[in-house]
Amino acid sequence: MRIGDYKESYAADEAVFSTPTSRFWLGVLFAAMAAFPFFAGDYLLYMANITGIAIVAALGLNILTGATGQISLGHAAFIGIGAYTSAILTNRFGLPYLLCLPLAGLAAAFFGILVGAPSMRMKGLYLCITTLAAQVIFEFLFVHWETLTGGIRGLNVPAPEVFGLKIDSEFSFYWITAVVVIIAATVSRNLFRTRMGRAFIAIRDRDISAELMGINLFRYKLYAFAISSFLAGIAGSLWVGHLRSITPEHFPLHESIRYLAMIIVGGLGNILGAIYGAIFMTMIPELLQSVLKYFESMFPQAMAFLFPLQTVVFGLLIVVFLVFEPHGLAEIWCRIKNFFRLWPFKH
Amino acid sequence: MDFFLLLLTSGIAVGGIYALIALGFVLIYKATSIINFATGEFMMIGAYIFYTCTVLVGMPAIPAFLMVMAGAGLLGLLVEKTILRHMLGQPTISIVMVTIGLSSILMGLAEIIWSSDFKSFPPLFPRAPIVIGNLIIRSNLFWGFVVAMITVAIFALIFKYAKIGVAMRATAGDQMAAFSMGINVRSMFTLAWIFGSMAASIGGLIIGNIGGVQPNLGGVGLKIFPVVILGGLDSIGGAVIGGFIVGIIENLAGGYLDSLVGGGVKNVAPFIVLVLILMFRPYGLFGRKEIERL
Repeated sequence: MRIGDYKESYAADEAVFSTPTSRFWLGVLFAAMAAFPFFAGDYLLYMANITGIAIVAALGLNILTGATGQISLGHAAFIGIGAYTSAILTNRFGLPYLLCLPLAGLAAAFFGILVGAPSMRMKGLYLCITTLAAQVIFEFLFVHWETLTGGIRGLNVPAPEVFGLKIDSEFSFYWITAVVVIIAATVSRNLFRTRMGRAFIAIRDRDISAELMGINLFRYKLYAFAISSFLAGIAGSLWVGHLRSITPEHFPLHESIRYLAMIIVGGLGNILGAIYGAIFMTMIPELLQSVLKYFESMFPQAMAFLFPLQTVVFGLLIVVFLVFEPHGLAEIWCRIKNFFRLWPFKH
Repeated sequence: MDFFLLLLTSGIAVGGIYALIALGFVLIYKATSIINFATGEFMMIGAYIFYTCTVLVGMPAIPAFLMVMAGAGLLGLLVEKTILRHMLGQPTISIVMVTIGLSSILMGLAEIIWSSDFKSFPPLFPRAPIVIGNLIIRSNLFWGFVVAMITVAIFALIFKYAKIGVAMRATAGDQMAAFSMGINVRSMFTLAWIFGSMAASIGGLIIGNIGGVQPNLGGVGLKIFPVVILGGLDSIGGAVIGGFIVGIIENLAGGYLDSLVGGGVKNVAPFIVLVLILMFRPYGLFGRKEIERL
């Protein structure tokens, strides 16, 4: 049982993982992540890649919506901008993939600042509807700016090359996803230990008192938009590298809502929450599918209900979590951990 | 010139229908400050109830319409009592997401119950197009406009003269004052949801009568955001005028610009106008100027 909290040096005080136990489990996690692709089949690796991309995007949205409190219904559009930037840079200019990744992030960040600019004058619902408008307008551009985006047919991209190696299998792409996820998680964890991250949280909690404490609201909101859409752009670029083709249908409003659902189910403003949420929301449709497959022997038409059932479960999860567990999976996990930490005592 | 007038008249007709749907949204927002992203799905459920009553059960139109009103009222009541009551006073993000979740549930349920196939109503109005001067309007659109305007007028009258309407306005204006004057504020919230749901479902009937019913009929519901922002979120008169403006803009933009960029302008034009409006008048054309400047 862990008692007390002794820190004898500044280094110990600043450590993210402060106890040997948590460092040990982190090591186990890294080892498991490194060993995973050697045991998993293509399907599991595919799921891992998809989940990893979702985690990067959810971490981005978590910074904007979870930590800074600015609701964005346009996250999918930023992912799309990143994806298209990456694809166009690869196809037209033949840039290497590792250069495309940050450039896609920068392009998305640029548009993020553009969309965030109205936050100077409005907040809450009005801002939420502005981002909705951005989503609709960008979707329109993806479809209709055919010379650039290839219209409805979209774009196809060759398999990315990294250090002379062709990344053309789930196995090889897994390493890229894993590295990007680790970097993104580390960066967003550390972000909240800096002035900027704390300013974000102050803005969410009470914007007026944040401003009184010397935080330039407009500037910091723009930072939040920029960082959030930067991560979205990276996720988009990963998406392109993974699937090697994009069409406008990949970035609809529903996708934006899915990311919001991830950070809500995971726990708003919580980094681990964003990760749990991304994993959970990516797994749920697959789980549902296997459950229905199980029932198919009894009800032959069960599979026909897959898509509507997914829609219902998706909505139910959002509503149930918001009404009964507003702090999400992260909070549930904390409770479980505390239970075992104190067991067999109650307090 | 004829082309312009044609676009203008169909814009006005569509705008009237948007005004009705936006009314369903504003009624709820005004009384409870809840942004209902599920307005479109309320429309869809209304249209499906009408379809079930007329086509599957074989009722005539008027009793079927009454069934829709009862069903929509019940839906509004249930949603308010079971979900939204818990969300009062929560941050905007929670309220927005709860109604988005609700819309997802309703859409999925509709697909499970009625399948995703196209359904259409039996013909309700004479099919001959309406001719005014040398303008021709599709009969479904024209009658839809008439029904929408009648409904809006009825709601406006209720708010102006009926005791219940005055009580609702009082609640929207100042909850504390209304409460101390003996108005049951809670039941006013419930009533707002019932009225909002009814207005939306009449909108759904009209849209369903024009273009058929499908689980994603509620997609039209997104158009209400430009409408209500234009008109100001809490203004019923604003919702009506906003509806007309959006209807006209989208028809003109669609008519003149579609050929230049290859279609789809109709859906995006209202949102471009929305962004412009928000840049210059963040509180809309008729809304209360209570937005905080930061």
